[in-house]
Formats: sequence, C-alpha cells, structure tokens
Amino acid sequence: MEEGKVFSQSLQESAAAYSIIQEKFGAAVSALDANETMPFFEVVDPSLWTEIALFMREHPKLKFNYLACLTGVDYPADEKLGIICNFESLGLLNHKLSVKVKCARNGGSIPSVACVWHTANWHEREAYDMFGMTFTGHPELKRILCPDDWEGYPLRKDYKVQEQYHGIKVPY
Amino acid sequence: MQELDTAGLGSVRVTRQSDKVVIIEKDLATEQMVLAMGPQHPSTHGVLKLECLTDGEVITEAEPCLGYLHRCFEKCCENVDYPAVVPYTDRLDYLAGMNSEFAYAITVEKLLDIEIPRRVEFIRVIVAELNRIASHLVAIGTYGIDLGAFTPFLFCFRDREIILGLLEWASGARMLYNYIWVGGLAYDVPADFLTRVKEFVNYFRPKALELCNLLTENEIFVKRTWGIGIMPADVAINYGWSGPMLRGSGVKWDLRRNDPYSIYPELDFKVPVPDGKHSVIGDCLSRHLVRAWEMDESLKIIEQCIDKMPSAEGFNSRSAIPKRIRPKAGEVYGRAENPRGELGFYIESDGKSTKPLRCKARSSCFVNLSAMKDLSKGQLIPDLVAIIGSIDIVLGEVDR
Repeated sequence: MEEGKVFSQSLQESAAAYSIIQEKFGAAVSALDANETMPFFEVVDPSLWTEIALFMREHPKLKFNYLACLTGVDYPADEKLGIICNFESLGLLNHKLSVKVKCARNGGSIPSVACVWHTANWHEREAYDMFGMTFTGHPELKRILCPDDWEGYPLRKDYKVQEQYHGIKVPY
Repeated sequence: MQELDTAGLGSVRVTRQSDKVVIIEKDLATEQMVLAMGPQHPSTHGVLKLECLTDGEVITEAEPCLGYLHRCFEKCCENVDYPAVVPYTDRLDYLAGMNSEFAYAITVEKLLDIEIPRRVEFIRVIVAELNRIASHLVAIGTYGIDLGAFTPFLFCFRDREIILGLLEWASGARMLYNYIWVGGLAYDVPADFLTRVKEFVNYFRPKALELCNLLTENEIFVKRTWGIGIMPADVAINYGWSGPMLRGSGVKWDLRRNDPYSIYPELDFKVPVPDGKHSVIGDCLSRHLVRAWEMDESLKIIEQCIDKMPSAEGFNSRSAIPKRIRPKAGEVYGRAENPRGELGFYIESDGKSTKPLRCKARSSCFVNLSAMKDLSKGQLIPDLVAIIGSIDIVLGEVDR
C-alpha cells in the first residue's frame, strides 16, 4: 500500500490479511488493489487456486469461512473469462477480501473450490451456465438456470441468442 | 409346521399350500422411486421442481431444479442505465421490493461516494422495515398452510394488506414500488403517512401476539417442525446461509448490526437468535421463531425512526440524485439485510458508460436453497415440505 494516504480500518484489515497470503504464495498472487469499495487481488497462477482457497479458510489469522458471492465476468478485450469471489471471516475476525481468478476465453478452466465452500457449488454452476468456463474438480458441473440443451453462454458480451428452441421462436 | 431354510435367499415372500410353506418370491428388495415435486406444487412456493429419490416414505436424495422463472436480470442490467435497474430489482424478491431497491441503491451510492439527506435515510428504513414485516407475514402464513393450518394465513394476509396499502400510498404501487432511487427517493412520504404508520404499529403489536398463540404455540405445528431439518452453525456458514436461516442456526449475524449501513447504527434493536429452550437450535421451528421475533424488532425500529425523523421543511427527496449517473471506473460489492438474508450486488463500472459493465445479484434464497440436498437426506416426505417452507424461498430471487 502507498504511504501517506489515509485508509479506512476495513481496508487496513484486508491489507493485513492479504500480506499473509502474499507471504505464503509469493509470485502466485498479484499485488493488492487497495481501493475502498472492494479490495482484491488476482491469482496469477490459477492452478494454485484451490490450495490458496484452503489456506484462506484454514489459516488461524485468515479464517475466511464465508464466501459471500462468486461472480463470473467476461473480458472480451483480453480474451479472458474470470470469476470474482467476495470473502469474509464471518463472526470470527470480521475482515473481508476479494479474489479474482482468470482463464482463457475459449475452453478455459479454473479449479473448483466447491470442496472448500459449499456456496461455490451452485455459484460455479451458474458461472459455467452464463459464461462457459469449466471448473475442474466440480462435483456436478451442469447448467443451472438455463435448460440443459441451451446453446451458447448468455452473459458473454458477444452472445447471440439462438433462433429456435425446440421449434419455438426465441427472439421475440 | 415345517421349518423353512431361507439362508442366502435375501427377503422372501411365502405362502401356505395345505400343510407346506412355499417360497413364491425370493431376493426381494425395496425399489427406489423417483418422485417429481413441482414445478406446480403448492408447497414449493412457486415454480421450483424437486426431483426426489424416495425409498418408501423416506427421501434418499432431493435435487432442486431451478430456472423456470429466469428472466435474465443480469443481462437486462447491462443494457439499461443505472437508475433504470431499480424496477428490475423489485422483481427479484417481489415480496420485499423495498429491501431489494435499498440494497441496490446503497451499492451504487457506495461506488459514487455520495452523501444522502438524513430524512431520506429515515424514510428508507421505515419503508424497508414495513416491507420486512409484510414479507415475514407471507412467510409465516404460507408456512402454516404447508403444515395444514389455514387460519393464520388469513390473519397474516389481513395485516399485510394494511402494510401494502401504506406502501402504495407512498409509492403508487402495491408490490413493485420503484420508490427508493439511487441518491434519494421518488417522492417524499404523504403528509399524514407517519401518523398512519404509528397507528399501524399500535394495531399490529397485539396481532403479532395473536399470531403467536395461533401458530407458534400450536402443538401440531410445533410437532411438525421441532427437530426437523437441523443445520449446524458451521455448516450453515460454509453453505453461505444468511438472514433468518443463519440466525436460526444460532449465529448472531445481522448485516444491519455487523456491517452497518444507512442509519441502523443509531437505532436500538435486538438480533434475535434461538436459545434452545423452545426449539432445537438450527431446526425448522428455530427459523420460524426468528422470523416471528424479528417482526417485533422491526416494529421497534419503525417507532424510533418516526420519533427521530428530521422535519420535512425545505426537503426535496430528489436533491441528492445525480443528473447523470456515471461512476468512476471500479468495482463494488454492496449488500443489505433482506427478509430472506444477504442480498448483494456486485457492480463493475468502466468509468465511461452510464450502464453497468456487469451487475450480479447475489441472491439469498439461491444460496439458502443450495443446502436442500443435504437437509433433505433421510427425511420423510411430509418433513420435506416443512423444510422447504422454513427456507422461505421466493423463486423470483432464486432464478433472477
């Protein structure tokens, strides 16, 4: 964090939590983006994601036991897809931190953290449903909101809706 | 009568022919049956389908199938301006529109970093808490119906109608309000509004007690919910549960207290959690009790807000609303305590557009429902109904 600026207490707590992760994983995580609305870091080496996740849940000074939200995002300019996880240590240490993990836009995959937080199970299914990245190690990766035989991934920026679905005209 | 050697034959069916016992079937096993519950089943509270694998009356596995009410909320948000998202948020949790708008408004305000007039904050809290009571009344009333009690439902809807009348008076709509805007409110409240709200609070207090006598202390109701669908606290947190569901498991966690927003830090209210005397901590009855107790706390909040309300002199409910909402580039995750738990919005702005680049709604019902598979394993079919009812899902929010 830059010197000489006044940061809120919650941001300082997030930065302290980040430094523990950074110490352990070094170059596998990016620098902390210390903004006031949602401090986050990016996992540079996605293959370590599950390990980082477990470390974040189990370390006595981190204890991120609550995954508040997992959002899928499309970055068409970088040819990437990504997820954003908002963590919190609920009732224990009360600090928050967000994590971004990215993968290739075509056929990319991210390790699943459904084994670390149950919340991730349905959220990862939703991200897969809407963006099309796969989650390796997910117990049952299938569409959740769209029908199983739906074509395409609706929340991608370049998504074109299919003309027909079982003989029904789709764009109305 | 002869002894029959059935060793190694598994379960057998026998019959008697004159003086002999004859085996007519061997290797009998119970067969599992797939039972589809919904999407049009009265006790799934909307268009939810549960695919249950049953062994007799016992559920071996219940898999929720969603998406019947998916209306592409997040895709719609990417195509409209920030203020135009507000009516869509009403349609997420249509039983608590005010709370959903509130959550969205504070999230965008966090990204914009703007100050809101104090009177706006007070009005927001009053309408949100009124809506919370209305929402809990539906939850409690329909839960009664699920378990075979019809009268409480009528009582609940009678009182809820008064709240909807008040909110309609303020906003012009009965359920889908579009009242809380980013930076302010659509209108100030009508002149006599606060007096009428006070009258309602005084009217509703004894009615809440009546409801308690009718349902919460009813022996049949208690027997149907006591000790059913128990969720331990640590598993609940791991599942991401929030709101009355999490508090039902004994975790004293309320965003109005633990991640305070708006004027909640100034208000005096309790966060009710079950104490284990009336129910098993984490069972269906606990979750019901938390909702019943919360209505009382909401009444307290409303009363305090009316007392502390700044005067309407020179007040313009739209004074802080930006002419053009175009937040600087950045991301935000904002959330509020809804009747069903934590409603969060992740919003990403590119700094150039007046439309959000990405707007994700973190739905509390969606997350709460995801524990269904674990909760229903080994339960009886009638108890499954009790469990779904206690989760209090609104499919509009689950499917978005």
